Amino acid sequence: MNKNKEQLLNKRYKAEKRFRLYGQGAIFMALLFLTIFIFKIFSTGYSAFQKTWLIVPVTFDAELMMLEQNPSKEDLKDADYYDIALKSMADLDPNANEDQENELKRMVSYFFEREIKRELLNDPSLIGKTKDVYLTASDDLDQVFKGNYPRDLPEDQRRVTDYQLKIFDQLVELGKVESKFNLSFFTYPDSREAELAGIASSFMGSIFSILVCLMIAFPVAVLAAIYLEEFAPKNRFTDFIEVNINNLAAVPSIVFGLLGLGILLAVFQLPRSTPLVGGITLSLMTLPTIIIACRASLKAVPPSIREAALAMGASKMQTTMHHTVPLSMPGTLSGTIIGLAQALGETAPLILIGMVAFVNTIPGSPLDPAASLPVQIYIWAESAERGFVEKVSACIMVLLGFLIIMNLFAQIIRHKFEKKWS
Amino acid sequence: MKKNGVKMIKINSKNVDVYYGKKQALFNINLDIEENQVTALIGPSGCGKSTFLRCLNRMNDVIDICRVKGQIIINDFDINDKSCDVVRLREKIGMVFQKPNPFPKTIYENISYGPTIHGMAQSKSEMDEIVETSLKKAALWEEVKDRLHEPGTGLSGGQQQRLCIARAISVKPEVILMDEPCSALDPIATAQIEELIDELKKDHTIIIVTHSMAQAARVSQNTGFFHLGELIEHGSTDKIFKNPENKKTQDYITGRFG
Repeated sequence: MNKNKEQLLNKRYKAEKRFRLYGQGAIFMALLFLTIFIFKIFSTGYSAFQKTWLIVPVTFDAELMMLEQNPSKEDLKDADYYDIALKSMADLDPNANEDQENELKRMVSYFFEREIKRELLNDPSLIGKTKDVYLTASDDLDQVFKGNYPRDLPEDQRRVTDYQLKIFDQLVELGKVESKFNLSFFTYPDSREAELAGIASSFMGSIFSILVCLMIAFPVAVLAAIYLEEFAPKNRFTDFIEVNINNLAAVPSIVFGLLGLGILLAVFQLPRSTPLVGGITLSLMTLPTIIIACRASLKAVPPSIREAALAMGASKMQTTMHHTVPLSMPGTLSGTIIGLAQALGETAPLILIGMVAFVNTIPGSPLDPAASLPVQIYIWAESAERGFVEKVSACIMVLLGFLIIMNLFAQIIRHKFEKKWS
Repeated sequence: MKKNGVKMIKINSKNVDVYYGKKQALFNINLDIEENQVTALIGPSGCGKSTFLRCLNRMNDVIDICRVKGQIIINDFDINDKSCDVVRLREKIGMVFQKPNPFPKTIYENISYGPTIHGMAQSKSEMDEIVETSLKKAALWEEVKDRLHEPGTGLSGGQQQRLCIARAISVKPEVILMDEPCSALDPIATAQIEELIDELKKDHTIIIVTHSMAQAARVSQNTGFFHLGELIEHGSTDKIFKNPENKKTQDYITGRFG
């Protein structure tokens, strides 16, 4: 009898031990995948935050720029910079023939003319002098400098020619190639040229979409949730509505995209590719999430608080607005932020309403065409140039950072404002 | 209280039936409550005493499936009548619950809430006055006067319950309903509340539901005994405890069941 009991006890302890092991194993697996994922993204993406510059001596020859004596600011703006830009690149190799000059020109981005112009506008006294100017290297040379480019491929399979590599190596040796923080990744809109592409337009697009989404979804969802939870009679009709809200939360997002396309764009003729339409479409998706979160946190308010208020002679409305709703707000807000975070990462509906268009301006309002961060990832992932590979990962990093900040915010709200009751 | 030797009846209930869905919880209750007295409602669990108590300020309205029939007359007015405004009614009839349920706000806000929504104070100083008198009447003032702006939920259980009593009396109700107010409290806190009840009956009519027969004997002047949804016997506490008419009452108070 006693021995039996001992065996049983041992068995129970062993079962517990096994269960703990399974649990730890599961968590280990999850962490492992997460680490691999994050490592992969960081190791490909971190180099996008550096940008390679060629330091090229530029002679600001007034004659080549078609400038008269004592030019005004306007004259400087209208001057012709192409010739001096071309000349300064060609001068890198005094013996270059015409083809080689062309290759030299393609070692920098097509912004090189603008970069030289900016230099002169900053310091008009440079006219007639020579100065070292930082020019953005082409995306291929950028990749070469970062060590991401397979230099040993045969020349006809490379986008960089042997001649360009030779000049580039000379420049590196002379210390005329520098790597600096890639500010333009954050301040430039999208571009077909990888070295000039930035996330400014998609970042602003995401922000505007989320704001529109918040302004529509939050009030509607909170009012719906309060009415359903506190005021609506419990009958078949409200049950039906509840089931439908839960169903809505499970509808694939692409369906909402079609809805946006068919109704917002086709019927209401709202401007295509804009954060306004994107935000409205996303708000339809976020609505059920917020309603469910808000109802859950209203349900979690202890009935004793409602009874206390009612027994004091508060009306239903006063009980709800003075007690129940304030107590449910932390849960509602963190649910809202999580819903918005979901919307932020949403791609499919935005592609359908045209936010996938190539936008090379930075939107100033929700009515301007824009992309969004996840769509930007999609656009760049489709691009063939090697320079976009690291941009994709970098953009994912920005999006993840954004999401982490939002979720952190949700946690803080929950912890800070959650009231304890006895 | 007697006026010219006649007992003043505050609440008069006639043929009250209560149903939860199809289940009948109270059967034909006829009970008169005397003014400025403490009336205790006793009985085993599930006998309907709390249900009856909640009929008196229409708190059963909150429960969807609950239906109340019959008349409950307070100040010559049937509170089950359609024309009765529950908000007004509950201003006149306060309630203290089984578990202390202060609002998760400051002590001051807990007391000032009722007077605020009923517009009873014109100025901050009037409100301060109401808060102070209510807390004093609830014998809590000395303990909390230095921390009126701290959360009410930070008080001990007994203090919380006195805070709830102070909240209830802040709107100067005529009747205070107490639903087992001491069941979550220790004996010392219980003694404080009982003392308080005795004090409060000068200004208010009190109806208290209790599981403790000793408590009923200590605090009340009248007692009603409920069993299985029926009012078995009611009368002065002295008579019910010393010389009950009904066999069931006798069995219950001598501890043979329940």
